[in-house]
Amino acid sequence: MQVFKYKKPMSLMSKSKRFGIVSIIFVILSIGIILNKGFNYGIDFEGGTLIQVQYKDYAPIQKVRDALSKEETYNGATVSFFGSNKEIVIKTKNSSKKLGEDLSDKITKILKDTGNFEIRRVDMVGAKVGSELREQGLMAMLLSIIGILLYVSFRFEWRFAISSVIALVHDVTITMGILALLSIEINLDILAAILTILGYSLNDTIIVFDRIREGVKTMKNPDLSDIIDESVTRTLSRTTLTSLTTFLVVLTLFLVGGEIIKGFSFTLLIGVIVGTYSSIFVASPILMRLGFSVSEFREREANKIKLAKEKEKMRAMYENGVI
Amino acid sequence: MKLNYRIVLFGLALVFGIVFSIPSLIQSESGRKITLGLDLQGGLHMLLGIKSEIAIDSKIKSMAGSIKYTLDDDDIIFDNLKINNKKITFEILDNDELIKVKEFLKKDLPGFNIVEKDLKFQITMLEEEKKKTELNAISQAVDTIRNRLNEFGLAEPTVAKQGSDKILVEVPGIKTQKDEQRIRLLIEQSAHLQLMAVDEERTARVNTMTEEEAKSFGDIILDDVNTKEKYLLKSLPILDGSMLTDASVGFDENNSPLINFVLNRQGAKIFGDFTAKNKNKRMAVVLDDKVYSAPSIRERIGGGRVQISGTFRLEEAHDIAIALRSGSLLAPVYVMEKRSVGPSLGKDSIRSSSIALALGFILVIFFMIMYYGMAGVIANVALIGNLFLILAIMSLFGATLTLPGMAGIVLTVGMAVDANVIINERIRELLQEGKSVSKSIQKGYDNAFTAIWDANITTLIAATVLYAYGTGAIKGFALTMSIGILASMLTAIVGTHGIYQMILPKINKNKLGFWFGIKGEK
Repeated sequence: MQVFKYKKPMSLMSKSKRFGIVSIIFVILSIGIILNKGFNYGIDFEGGTLIQVQYKDYAPIQKVRDALSKEETYNGATVSFFGSNKEIVIKTKNSSKKLGEDLSDKITKILKDTGNFEIRRVDMVGAKVGSELREQGLMAMLLSIIGILLYVSFRFEWRFAISSVIALVHDVTITMGILALLSIEINLDILAAILTILGYSLNDTIIVFDRIREGVKTMKNPDLSDIIDESVTRTLSRTTLTSLTTFLVVLTLFLVGGEIIKGFSFTLLIGVIVGTYSSIFVASPILMRLGFSVSEFREREANKIKLAKEKEKMRAMYENGVI
Repeated sequence: MKLNYRIVLFGLALVFGIVFSIPSLIQSESGRKITLGLDLQGGLHMLLGIKSEIAIDSKIKSMAGSIKYTLDDDDIIFDNLKINNKKITFEILDNDELIKVKEFLKKDLPGFNIVEKDLKFQITMLEEEKKKTELNAISQAVDTIRNRLNEFGLAEPTVAKQGSDKILVEVPGIKTQKDEQRIRLLIEQSAHLQLMAVDEERTARVNTMTEEEAKSFGDIILDDVNTKEKYLLKSLPILDGSMLTDASVGFDENNSPLINFVLNRQGAKIFGDFTAKNKNKRMAVVLDDKVYSAPSIRERIGGGRVQISGTFRLEEAHDIAIALRSGSLLAPVYVMEKRSVGPSLGKDSIRSSSIALALGFILVIFFMIMYYGMAGVIANVALIGNLFLILAIMSLFGATLTLPGMAGIVLTVGMAVDANVIINERIRELLQEGKSVSKSIQKGYDNAFTAIWDANITTLIAATVLYAYGTGAIKGFALTMSIGILASMLTAIVGTHGIYQMILPKINKNKLGFWFGIKGEK
């Protein structure tokens, strides 16, 4: 089977303005949503207590709310269904510092008239740890971006590095915008998902860039936009296929992987889509805008080869005892 | 068919993968295997903070105690021994004893700054000593908590220092909320045992006395653990739990549980001396600042055997004895983060993530065969090899598999075929240009290599950072992903190449549809 049969290069670069505008609109919209609406931080980053309770039958959510409203420690607690209508999650911003007693110890007593239930999970994060985790998360993201910048600069050229990082920022911003828009709870696993998107989207971009690098070296036509068109078209099949397989597995994870990793897999789903889009339509046009010059690159490569050859010659001469 | 080094390498990797992942797959008793994370097997994960300030306070207090003891022992008359604002102050009355006292202080109190003026001493702790005390408090807390959990009889608890001032505690296999609470209480217990003298002169006034006032007499007001009755006690204890060698549960004549403990030689001597000198006075047994009993001393008690009675439940007495045996915490701990997962939720998580893994796997395998024909089958062989390798490497390192870790494996399944997609696309390209099969395969691998390499390295960079900065379960995700990427380099690049080389003579160039899923150019 073959879906993407290469016939002639698509003319992407001539339409790059249109894609650029679409991307800029999405990024601005996302930033707007993030600034206006803010993130729905979960207990990992805000501190608080989460209690997951499973009932034998239908969970009497209103009864639970009533029972909790009489308790001072559960002031402002929210109760919602979790995955099915048998299971609920109770969340509060409160947490206890004392080890011997925490909010969940009393819950069995508080809920005893609401039915037959089992406490399945209790997470409690102190406010201090929450802010620490947030700092660490930001640090992690910055560090990965810096690491990626360095590596791509080293393997390709700085313009490739800048372009790929702009594409990454584009992906992460839009993904986070969607998370904010849908009020999806931001916890540690979401952070992990976003870092995975960084790696994944970059993976796609690198494959395209690798082809461009190859094209710059080997194609007779020195026009960058033609090289890019050719390279993106040539890799289109691969980009789509890999995205498809990744999308498929993430989708199964989302659908059957259980409620706990729903947020994680949802974030990945968005990331795969946005990441695929950006590596086809965003990264390469930026490379062009940054003024990457084919002739310069070729000259430098030629120089490199020349240097290497000279070195070899010198070595050969040395080994033959000429010098 | 001819063997080549690639296929041999791949074969070895496959055998390695299968052999070492078997113990984990069948969950056998022996052999190295993957440990399930707390989120999968159920258990308690806690990050504890420590109030090291209190360790400093109690060190200062015990220094004051030892000053008192030595001065008493040498019959040196002193007055106004007090601790105020982390400063020990006292005065001696006889000028002749000044040198002797100074010498003993210098010898016995390293790490303290000693100032004397007009026979009045002022003793403060040096910064360096404070740091040392804090460090000591945390490492002692780690040891103590570990001892307590071990004595409690829990399977494989983890207690470790995290960062400079936190303690990580992980206890797998807790069944109920009640058990969890009991363990938390056991850990929390300072188990700070003190034997204190009742201030008989002033104790009658205890109910009207403020804490400030008590302090000015060098006293402290503590409550009875059950009756809440107030006691006025000398704030410098006669002795404390550091001189204890053993503690066990016993029963009194009414068959209610009590705790027996045994003092070491020094403790026994101090206790014997004190009881001899203070007949008909009362002495309080204080545990974690609560008075458990305050009996009158009838006669000298030698042998260093003391008991705490109180109205204990048996469980409680048992846990207190463990805490006393494993030593007190120099400073109290408090909880910063706690995550507990019940066993049933863990099972559900394992089930649903396994289904996701199996389903994702089948989808990818099916897709690859549909799209690439035999080339897809070869890629799938590599994918299966990759899965076994991930499991084997994790088993060998005894790595922990968490729920995000499972997600990482699922994701790897999607991404590991990427290398083969890239290679197959390259091969197809070359075939369509009319190159021979063997040339297409050779060049296809050459062309694809840099792309795969660079792409994988960058993903590894992200995964490494995630591992370094992630906590707990997230680390598991970064780990499985990293291993998956590395393993895929071997299986997807080397392994499949080897297979192609081996079966090359069989590949019919007129059946490219069967072999590579494309129509050959005639």
